[in-house]
Amino acid sequence: MGTEDIEIESRNLNLWYGSAQALKDVSIPIEKNRVTALIGPSGCGKSTFIRCINRMNDLIKGCRITGKVLFEGRDVYEKDVDVVVLRKRIGMVFQKPNPFPMSIYDNIAYGPRIHGTQAKRELDEVVEDSLKAAALWDEVGGILDKPALDLSGGQQQRLCIARTLAVKPDVILFDEPCSALDPISTARIEDLINVLKHDYTIIIVTHNMQQAARVSDHTAFFLLGEMIEFGETKQIFERPVEKSTENYITGRFG
Amino acid sequence: MTRQTRERMIEALLFASAVTAVVIVLLIMVFLFKEGAPFLIRYGIHTFCLGMEWNPIAMDGEPSYGIFPMIVGSVYIAAGSLVLAVPLGLGCAVFLVEIAPPWAQALIRRGIELLVGIPSVVLGFFGLVLLVPLIRESAGGFGFSILAGSVILAIMALPHIISISADAITAVPETYKQASLALGATRWHTIRNVILPAARSGIAAAVILGMGNSIGETMAVLMVTGNTPILPEPLYDVLDPVRTLTANIVIEMNYAAPGDHREALFATGIVLFVMVAILNAISHRVLKSRMEAGR
Ligand SMILES: Nc1ncnc2c1ncn2[C@@H]1O[C@H](COP(=O)(O)OP(=O)(O)OP(=O)(O)O)[C@@H](O)[C@H]1O
Ligand SMILES: [Mg+2]
Repeated sequence: MGTEDIEIESRNLNLWYGSAQALKDVSIPIEKNRVTALIGPSGCGKSTFIRCINRMNDLIKGCRITGKVLFEGRDVYEKDVDVVVLRKRIGMVFQKPNPFPMSIYDNIAYGPRIHGTQAKRELDEVVEDSLKAAALWDEVGGILDKPALDLSGGQQQRLCIARTLAVKPDVILFDEPCSALDPISTARIEDLINVLKHDYTIIIVTHNMQQAARVSDHTAFFLLGEMIEFGETKQIFERPVEKSTENYITGRFG
Repeated sequence: MTRQTRERMIEALLFASAVTAVVIVLLIMVFLFKEGAPFLIRYGIHTFCLGMEWNPIAMDGEPSYGIFPMIVGSVYIAAGSLVLAVPLGLGCAVFLVEIAPPWAQALIRRGIELLVGIPSVVLGFFGLVLLVPLIRESAGGFGFSILAGSVILAIMALPHIISISADAITAVPETYKQASLALGATRWHTIRNVILPAARSGIAAAVILGMGNSIGETMAVLMVTGNTPILPEPLYDVLDPVRTLTANIVIEMNYAAPGDHREALFATGIVLFVMVAILNAISHRVLKSRMEAGR
């Protein structure tokens, strides 16, 4: 892969929560407009890693970081980086759907409003486009003023994806986006990810091996805070180099 | 004694204490209404509540029992106290939950506890010797005033408003906050647009409950408001003295002769009771609707 295609790259990233080290010397290159999956047993640091990328770890007291996370060649931990702009460009979808207790419309318009879009016509357009892109428009287009919390779990998660798309990010981080959903909703989200990757760089944490195999181009395997193996998804699943990767994928532990 | 009989006994005991509490409340109500209601009906609820003049010991002519100026006084002072205490309390609650480092949190919580512990007479005394002269010298007027009463009541309402609002804010799920921040919102934007709206009904309940408490408060208010049973003139003049419903009862109970005068004071109590009960009911309704909407 050419370096110009690398959108995000972590270099020798270490992270401590207090005195416990949660990431050890993690270096991963993440390609533009591709899906990168992060797999590994519970507690190995996957969520911690993606929270480093949009600096959501800043909120955690006692969290300390060394190393770099380059976004378009620039370290996101540099002093003069504006986290507001960073998080606008790197969106995040959480494990549990977390729409705001507001109408569907206001949920989607929340982000654009923060970033300065006020005109009703413009907002209407963004709301419609985002809901269409998240494959939710057909279901909620007519009930935009209904509370978002009245939707089903799967719909709520697509709403959260639409809400993220509405601020027009370049990168979307998904932290186990389907773990609270039924198989049908899961399939819809996977289809969605396959479409979205044409326009966005996507990083997805998942516990579901089939899911990683289905949606991702690259896969990184984490174990106890270390990145053990990184490569093309096909290679990782068919010919893993490391023994521990093979054990994990074949379900022998974790 | 078998385990079963012991269970029964404990249940019976708990039941008895619950019944006692209810019975006591009922007895108070019955007593209040028995003493005050006949007068209220005889004199007319309308003339009583909307009457402008309170003159129970008329030298010549009929005595008059109009409590409208005192209803206005009570509502005025309670509302004034909220105007002062709500913004301050809410700001403090937001700071406490969202911003303050642990040592500051501990300090504020300790301060709130202390504030709750100050007896209202002491606060009234503080008002009498410090606040009243201060108002007289800086703003003019008599010093004993709606403003003085509102300030003292605001100080009393503050700790309750802070702690109930802080609870409401704490109860807002962390996931809302994360979602907002992840979209690029600043902390302040998140507080204003996600956290406070989500805590809205809890805060509203705190405010209404605070209003009920303020209307019912007696001692401190009595000491700083001047206690003249006349409407302020002009009506918006917060430097004018007023008398509250509670003060009316305390001041006149000592010398009210049995008969109309005494009964009129009980009737004042009934009006007060109804006002506070309505506010409490509203506050509970708001809290309940929050429980039902809260997911
Ligand atoms: N806020 C925190 N404070 C302290 N320690 C934390 C915090 N978050 C995570 N950790 C610790 O860091 C390690 C990595 O956690 P992380 O949540 O990143 O794992 P994960 O791979 O996402 O696990 P899962 O698959 O269960 O979500 C764990 O040992 C966890 O206990
Ligand atoms: Mg995780």
